[in-house]
Amino acid sequence: MNQKTKAISLTCAVMMAAFMWNTQSHAAEVGEKESPLMLAEVSSVNTFNVNLKKPKSRNLPPAEDGIHDPENEATHSLQHPLDAYKGLPPSDFGNYVDWVKAIDEGKIRPRWDRADPNSEPFVMDLDIVRPVKASVPDVVFPHRQHTEWLLCSNCHPAVFVPQRLANQISMSAILLGQKCGLCHGKVSFPVETKTCRKCHSKPKPADWEPPLSEATLKNPWK
Amino acid sequence: MSSKIKRNVLKSMIIGVLAYMGALGVPQTAQAEYADVVINNYADAAGMRPAVFPHWFHRIRFRCKVCHADLGFAFKAGGNKITMAKIIDGKFCGACHNGEISWSVENCAMCHSGVPGQPTHFHGSTVQRLIAPAYKPLQVKDTTK
Ligand code: HEC
Ligand code: HEC
Ligand code: HEC
Ligand code: HEC
Ligand code: HEC
Ligand code: HEC
Repeated sequence: MNQKTKAISLTCAVMMAAFMWNTQSHAAEVGEKESPLMLAEVSSVNTFNVNLKKPKSRNLPPAEDGIHDPENEATHSLQHPLDAYKGLPPSDFGNYVDWVKAIDEGKIRPRWDRADPNSEPFVMDLDIVRPVKASVPDVVFPHRQHTEWLLCSNCHPAVFVPQRLANQISMSAILLGQKCGLCHGKVSFPVETKTCRKCHSKPKPADWEPPLSEATLKNPWK
Repeated sequence: MSSKIKRNVLKSMIIGVLAYMGALGVPQTAQAEYADVVINNYADAAGMRPAVFPHWFHRIRFRCKVCHADLGFAFKAGGNKITMAKIIDGKFCGACHNGEISWSVENCAMCHSGVPGQPTHFHGSTVQRLIAPAYKPLQVKDTTK
């Protein structure tokens, strides 16, 4: 074997090693609990969780969060979210901070005006109840928490006509980023199992039953 | 074989391995703070790292209204077509990053801190985390008419 082929086969070996290392660490990510035997023999489409993605850690410092470049020196001068969140009321989602409570309890005092720290918001306490056809609790839209952060013109009239029940809102629109989903699921709290009841907060009457679908009512084999 | 060729082979080997690990390693690991915005309409093309805007940091200091009503930021990542010309005229980020309300614009790398090559995106948005696109409700026929 001459020097050249030796060098080439060494290159191949290193590439293979890198490849194996990468697939192995990936397999470990996909199914941490499965036995290696099963992973080797059964197609990976049968791993326990195919679509579930678990966040591995949260509130990482900028240099480790994957969107900031650690090779940029200034990245290391940026604040660590956890330093900023010390003492703020926690939550289970989003930034893992309850921003509404943080303002209510006076833990933060974000400015209402760019330059004037003493300017105060015009807070309006008006709840709008939106009955929901489905079995989930009815939606209560609270103006109070919104007008703490926003101006009427952020929503009226471009996003919502200011009249109760004049707007068509559905979960699919929200999940597509429209209506409430313009902010919720982006900056305000996200839309996920742990937050359904923040919006769906007015329980249905005890004797409420979901309406039967027409296919059931007309079912000849009933 | 001369030692020069050997060194070249070694060099290309290292570059190859690094490029390979880079391509597979970086994009899967993004776990940035909820509501961080990467803005990259123009930065990459001009040889700057993309700008990263942290909502969490700013909302501790300002209500949404300051930026999204008073300063005219539209609710759309990348939708404001921010440029340095506008910033030094006191618009967008420049309304505050002017040496008066906040540190000023010569601190390029504080804003231009993103991993190069990332598209404009909103981090952690529910829409992006859906496995399949949101369902479209059935158009139920109105049988009462
Ligand atoms: C309403 C005023 C305002 C606007 C508009 C604004 N900022 Fe800031 N920004 C601030 C203040 C105040 C600070 C904190 C300054 C300090 O630490 O002295 C800050 C800090 C920052 C930081 C540093 C965060 C850290 O971890 O220390 C970054 C990055 C940043 N801004 C980016 C931007 C970008 C990008 C834009 C435009 C898209 C922008 N800002 C628009 C007021 C603003
Ligand atoms: C975050 C968005 C948002 C903000 C900000 C907001 N509203 Fe509303 N507003 C709504 C929604 C949603 C409704 C209910 C519309 C519906 O049911 O179709 C509503 C309804 C209303 C109604 C109709 C009430 C009724 O009984 O018919 C009025 C009046 C109103 N808003 C005034 C205001 C004023 C004044 C402000 C500012 C102080 C304001 N809103 C701020 C979202 C908002
Ligand atoms: C323009 C942006 C915007 C829109 C549109 C919007 N919200 Fe909000 N919402 C906020 C912000 C900001 C908060 C403060 C809490 C946060 O950021 O998580 C909030 C808070 C809330 C809260 C209070 C949670 C608490 O802990 O008290 C509820 C409930 C809520 N929103 C429901 C809705 C519903 C229902 C709609 C649609 C009819 C809607 N929001 C539309 C921005 C918005
Ligand atoms: C940001 C507020 C908000 C959150 C969070 C939210 N919803 Fe909704 N939801 C609404 C609104 C508003 C409607 C429309 C009510 C109406 O018809 O007026 C709705 C309607 C619905 C409906 C009726 C069908 C439809 O599409 O209109 C169902 C079912 C539903 N939501 C389930 C959920 C579940 C499950 C979650 C948690 C993953 C959730 N919602 C989270 C605001 C919210
Ligand atoms: C306060 C934050 C901030 C600071 C400081 C800042 N930039 Fe920017 N810059 C931005 C944002 C936001 C954009 C828009 C990014 C995009 O869409 O690609 C941008 C865009 C750019 C662009 C491409 C668009 C254009 O205007 O040509 C260049 C080049 C650029 N910046 C260079 C610089 C340089 C050089 C400095 C330091 C002297 C600097 N920036 C400081 C926020 C900042
Ligand atoms: C210091 C300024 C500032 C503050 C305060 C601020 N934002 Fe933003 N927001 C931005 C910037 C910058 C963008 C990105 C715009 C761009 O890329 O052109 C943005 C984008 C958004 C978007 C667009 C998301 C999409 O669909 O692409 C939403 C929604 C939003 N902000 C909501 C809020 C809410 C709610 C608050 C208050 C809790 C808030 N913002 C506070 C500066 C701010």
